[in-house]
Amino acid sequence: MPQILKILIADDEAPARNRMRDLLSDIEGVLVVAEASNGKEAIDLAQTTKPDVMLLDIRMPLMDGIEAAQHAQKLDPRPNIIFTTAFDAYAIKAFDLNAIDYLLKPIRLERLQTAINKAHTLKPLSIEALKPLQKIRSHLSIHERGRVLLVPIEQVIYLRAELKYITVRTTEREYLIEESLTHLEAEFGERFLRLHRNCLAAVDFIAGYEKRLNEANEAQWVALLRGIPETIAISRRQQHLVRET
Amino acid sequence: MRKNSRLPNLHNLGIHLRILLIVNLLAAIAAILLSKQFNEFLPLLAELSALVQPVLLLSMLGLYVLYPVLSKLKYWQGVVAIMALEIAFTSLVFIFINRFFTFESIPETYRACLLTVIVTAIVLYYFHLQERAYSPAIAEARLQALQARIRPHFLFNSINAVLSLIRSQPKRAETALEDMADLFRVLMSENRELVPLVKEISLCHQYLDLEKLRLEDRLKITWQINDMPSDAMIPPLILQPLLENAVYHGIEPMPEGGEIMVKIYTKLKELHIVISNPYAPKNNHQTGNKMALKNIKERLKLHFDLESSLKTDTKNNRYEVHIRIPEKV
Repeated sequence: MPQILKILIADDEAPARNRMRDLLSDIEGVLVVAEASNGKEAIDLAQTTKPDVMLLDIRMPLMDGIEAAQHAQKLDPRPNIIFTTAFDAYAIKAFDLNAIDYLLKPIRLERLQTAINKAHTLKPLSIEALKPLQKIRSHLSIHERGRVLLVPIEQVIYLRAELKYITVRTTEREYLIEESLTHLEAEFGERFLRLHRNCLAAVDFIAGYEKRLNEANEAQWVALLRGIPETIAISRRQQHLVRET
Repeated sequence: MRKNSRLPNLHNLGIHLRILLIVNLLAAIAAILLSKQFNEFLPLLAELSALVQPVLLLSMLGLYVLYPVLSKLKYWQGVVAIMALEIAFTSLVFIFINRFFTFESIPETYRACLLTVIVTAIVLYYFHLQERAYSPAIAEARLQALQARIRPHFLFNSINAVLSLIRSQPKRAETALEDMADLFRVLMSENRELVPLVKEISLCHQYLDLEKLRLEDRLKITWQINDMPSDAMIPPLILQPLLENAVYHGIEPMPEGGEIMVKIYTKLKELHIVISNPYAPKNNHQTGNKMALKNIKERLKLHFDLESSLKTDTKNNRYEVHIRIPEKV
């Protein structure tokens, strides 16, 4: 028995999704298992529907297709990715250079058929090639007990490096991610302040600064945070930040 | 529009501003040349100004009033007429001054007239050169290059939306294709003369209908155009590209969409067009190019010189474009 290919469609425009569904209904052996109107919804739906192929529109609100494709790499099983776009000269050039599958809207039936049949998972090199297309992520993805959790970056209070991992703190809880603090600082530098060698705190969540005694009984500046009782010690080298506020 | 294109448009504020600047600059140069020491400069300039300004203001006023007559003449006739007028104005001012005031060192009237003629020649020559630089042919070519272009993004997405309708709603697909044809007819037309504002607005409605097809309820639009003058003329495709920008940067990045507001009114004989859209500074990847805005700015300048303006502003999470153009041209 030939295997049925499970397909997820992500596009913010309903007519575009309808058109894609119409076209897929003309192809044998495929089944549309989910339709999403943005990248975040696509990742959420993919966890339960486990699609073989994700058809991702590039330009979507909330989370675009490029970012969704990167988070999708943490899904199990990893879906094949095909991007769809009406026009995005910059992205198309990158796709061509890195053998990333894409379809130009309006899409032709034959092209869709070929693309679905030859679709493959993104290679590590291709994922690297996608990064410059997506300057700043809207969400951090956390791999936890077989699930992928998406944390909106504006909910992150601080990022603290601990041994191999980074602790991501939101008002509700903590998450662990495997990334480098330097890279995170480069990506989200506008949103976070480096208060300490191992800690980035979100500017919006810093409530103020206070001088306190630490374990060694020395007076030290700490940052007070909105919404959580924890404080962050400010290293001597960063104390100018306190004076500047 | 102008009948004699080679004579400067003396009904244009920008032209008068330039006349004012050039003449005063020449007066300042004269003061520098005449003063032996630096501290003589200002008193000398004041003295010169007392004679120059009345002539200048009278000339500007007189030429403004007589422009409809002057603009019907041939260029050389116009120049001669302006020279004659200038001599008349200068003589008038000097006769008046000699009658009512006593100046220590007032130049003889015929010398003043000669100077006026020289200054007028310089100003006219400046406008002649400027006219050549911005000659209709060159301005035309620039306008052509600046002709508004529709985003390929919009074209292909719209075609895709129409394709999605063909099977289920053929009637709506027909209307959409008709709207698209109208839109592209205007976009590709060679006509760069001013068009009635009402025509531009109906084009915008057709454009927005197409966007509604794709974006559905996410796109909301409010028109506040009750105070709009019914006979106003504007350069073609000023409004549509701004709406396209508002949709691209203001509506598409929002999952829930948003509202575009268009306000058109007249104030002090000027037409004001204000377009605003929601704006989220977070949308880092939407930092679009300012091409459309720059393009419109330049087209406004070619049409109205300094009498128009385009300003942008962000406040209360909304991005606003404010255009001001003369009501009657």
